[in-house]
Amino acid sequence: MNGSQMQALMPILMLSLTAIVLMIQASIKRDEKATWIITVVGILLALWGAGYARDFSQPVTILLQVDNWGLFFTALVLLASLVTVVLSQDSFSSEGGSKEEYYLLLVLSALGAVILIQSSHMASLLLGMELMGVALYAMIAFPKKGLLPLEAAVKYLVLSGCASAILLFGFALLYAATGELSYKGIGEKAALAYISNPLLVMAGTAMVTAGIAFKLSLVPFHMWTPDVYQGAPTPVTGFLATVSKGAVFVALARIYMDAELHQYESLILALSVLATFSMLIGNLLALLQEDIKRLLAYSSIAHFGYLLIVLIALTGSEMASEAVTFYLAAYILTTLGAFTVIARVSREDQQKSQISEFEGLFWRNKIQATALTIAMLSFAGIPLTAGFMAKFFVINVAIQGSHWFLLSALVIGSAIGIYYYLRIIFSMSKTSGNDIGFRDRSGDITALLLTVLILMLGSWPQPFIAFAGGL
Amino acid sequence: MLMINLILILLIGGVVAIFSERLGADVPRKVALAVVIIDLIYLLIALSTIPQLETLQAPVPSDPETWLMHYSVEWIPAFGIKIELALDGLSMLMVLLTLILGAVAVSASWTDIKVRQGFFEANLLWTLAGVLGVFMALDLFLFFLFWEVMLIPMYFMIAIWGHENRGYAAMKFFIFTQASGLLMLVSILALVVIHHGNTGVWTFSYFDLLSAQIAAQTAFWLMLGFFVAFVVKLPGFPFHTWLPDAHTQAPTAGSVILAGILLKTGAYGLIRFAVPLFPQASMEFAPVALWLGVAGVIYGAILAFGQTDFKRLVAYSSVSHMGFVLLGVYAWNILALQGAVMQMVAHGFSTAALFMIAGSLQERLHTRDMREMGGLWQNMPRMGAIAMFFIVASLGLPGLGNFVAEFLVLLGLFQVDRLLAVIAALGLITGAAYSLLLMQRSFQGEPDETRQLVDFGTREMLTMAVMMTALIVLGIYPQPILDISRPVVESLISFSSIVTGGSL
Repeated sequence: MNGSQMQALMPILMLSLTAIVLMIQASIKRDEKATWIITVVGILLALWGAGYARDFSQPVTILLQVDNWGLFFTALVLLASLVTVVLSQDSFSSEGGSKEEYYLLLVLSALGAVILIQSSHMASLLLGMELMGVALYAMIAFPKKGLLPLEAAVKYLVLSGCASAILLFGFALLYAATGELSYKGIGEKAALAYISNPLLVMAGTAMVTAGIAFKLSLVPFHMWTPDVYQGAPTPVTGFLATVSKGAVFVALARIYMDAELHQYESLILALSVLATFSMLIGNLLALLQEDIKRLLAYSSIAHFGYLLIVLIALTGSEMASEAVTFYLAAYILTTLGAFTVIARVSREDQQKSQISEFEGLFWRNKIQATALTIAMLSFAGIPLTAGFMAKFFVINVAIQGSHWFLLSALVIGSAIGIYYYLRIIFSMSKTSGNDIGFRDRSGDITALLLTVLILMLGSWPQPFIAFAGGL
Repeated sequence: MLMINLILILLIGGVVAIFSERLGADVPRKVALAVVIIDLIYLLIALSTIPQLETLQAPVPSDPETWLMHYSVEWIPAFGIKIELALDGLSMLMVLLTLILGAVAVSASWTDIKVRQGFFEANLLWTLAGVLGVFMALDLFLFFLFWEVMLIPMYFMIAIWGHENRGYAAMKFFIFTQASGLLMLVSILALVVIHHGNTGVWTFSYFDLLSAQIAAQTAFWLMLGFFVAFVVKLPGFPFHTWLPDAHTQAPTAGSVILAGILLKTGAYGLIRFAVPLFPQASMEFAPVALWLGVAGVIYGAILAFGQTDFKRLVAYSSVSHMGFVLLGVYAWNILALQGAVMQMVAHGFSTAALFMIAGSLQERLHTRDMREMGGLWQNMPRMGAIAMFFIVASLGLPGLGNFVAEFLVLLGLFQVDRLLAVIAALGLITGAAYSLLLMQRSFQGEPDETRQLVDFGTREMLTMAVMMTALIVLGIYPQPILDISRPVVESLISFSSIVTGGSL
């Protein structure tokens, strides 16, 4: 490894450095304020690193691939981590009252996500995924109040462990068939191996797909999602929904493109089934929810169904990679916007996330109610929001590939979705007895910034489309 | 630029209205009225400087330079999306109607709204801005954007200031229009992708897409996507079920805008987009559409007859009247199309007035149930006389605008399909039945002497006078409207007959 490769790894190095400094600082003097500041500075440095590394795009060893596309998602994931740090500041506490370790875990988890995004090899994929996942278990279980976080963490731990094991076994089978572990290598040899040993390749691919589908909570691997979303402290739920899912999807897209998997019709069929079920079942089950976090859990299932369409239509369209970029960016920003407001409204008591808690929010805090409204409209795909442009891309790509069946599932799913997104907006516009306004500067500013980003991406997308096209 | 300014004035006016609430609860409504009137004057001044208006020429649908106004600027070049607005006689009529009824709507809700007046007036102005956008946008992306976005302030108007069952009504309204809008989005995108496949150019411009070459089978499906979206909004049978709920639950100003303007966006969409973009497919589909139109006319009338709720009755009568518009559009000859345009304008005024009367009754009696009314003419003679005027207008009394409209539609339809024209003419009779029933139940009969009711005041009389004048002028001297719409209609018909080889 030479100097320029080290420079290419700048974001990863910065995050690792932050983790080390945090550990040293905590061992010298426990001070939550100081920890918080170090974390924020560390993530900002890593963000700078992501920009800095652009000039050094290259494969770094066989494990990592640093390119503009990955660096963009690195920046996005870091931004999401930053928002999570801001939201976590005064929203829940641990057994001892302070939570220095929480920030350390968060930085480690973000580090895992960045590695996952830049990995080009099954080993680094697993490394990143586990680093991200293991730190997340602890983050979910962090609050002292209530049993729900604990339940959520155990559920996630056990099921996620299973999924990782399946994924690993899938790798082993693919290795047995092809003798390769890098995405490109597998892609080159898979076609030949498929002829000589179809069962091995099929089983391996199926297991890898299932393992990744679990992390993305695609139907039928979605069972854990609502419970974990509901039980985890809200900032952590936001982190899980954006950083974790986003990074895994980027990894999936990378495998898909590098290994040229779109040529295998059975795999396309499997993904189509996953996508269709996710769109329909995710949206249908969201209708029944009374808890906004559970509702968003099902909605995220549906959104990854929409996103899968782009992967399926990858070959038929010239703009599929822009579509992935745009959709993921829109999804991450919108989800962050929604969870920012939910975290601020439920604050200390993390179980206050019933939809009825949001009644009259318009008259209590205009900024946050508007932010949540825009986020919901963006999820529903109403014009002028990022979510609409994202859906526009997906429909465009699907039409170019003539995927009419998936398209009809998308239309039906979105039509159902409007109902529950609107329910939240309606609830906020109700006049409730509790009309006492609350002020909350950090929450307001975060919500406002994210809202502006969502609206900008939706109403003036040209610069971003041009940028995404150049990645 | 002028057309953008028209929209911007309303958008900014809405923001001003919100903040003006700090100066007092009755300031926002004055701001809103001022904004709409400024917008209207601005438009009239601008129109008076256009020379073509004197010798209104037939605009060529696919050549923007022959239109009254045209404005175009790049927006999202990656997809060839432009901010492209244009105005011809048809859109000009619709824009004028929108602004006049907008002022009426502000006046209709003058005393009606008791809470959060600033936000209410803002939503009202924003809805108007969205509707103006729909009538002027000729980039299909921009059109879709306005089409969807105008629903959000309307949704808030129903959901926040509506009556007892507002949540359900607002939700139903939004889901119906959004879901059908999604179908239209898919159709628009498919049309654009096909055009891109043929020519290699990304464009959403109406003027370019008119000449898109589409296989007949595909065109039929795409046309259906547009048709469903527009017919839901119109509303045509069997997609009308959202309308009675939304109209009944909306506050007065909301009902006025819904019935007077929003429904017309559906009719406008059919005339402007659905038929010209897919003339061949529309021609094949026309018999079905005509039957749906007749079904709407008769079914709406029958349901209206069975209502006891004042607003619901008027709402169902809209279904019946808009059935005539559907008939006029799909008969697709000059007479019928002019009738449809006329109906859009006349129905806008007559129904807006009826909803305003319903709103005043609700404000005074706290009920919309006609079984609890009766003899109101004695209590409020001025309101009674005005109600009588608009009810006979709505049933199609010769001499008033609605008669001219329905007569033209029937005349045009008769050339296409005699049987349908005969059945549709029954709508005039059923219309008379439910309209007179409405009058009888609410304003005639034994008065309740114990009631102390305030009759219409100056503001209401003035508003009503505007609409009465409009209907009388439309009825006695409809020529100006016909002159404005004729070139547009003629050029649309000749354009589509070129494409289909003269068979339409």
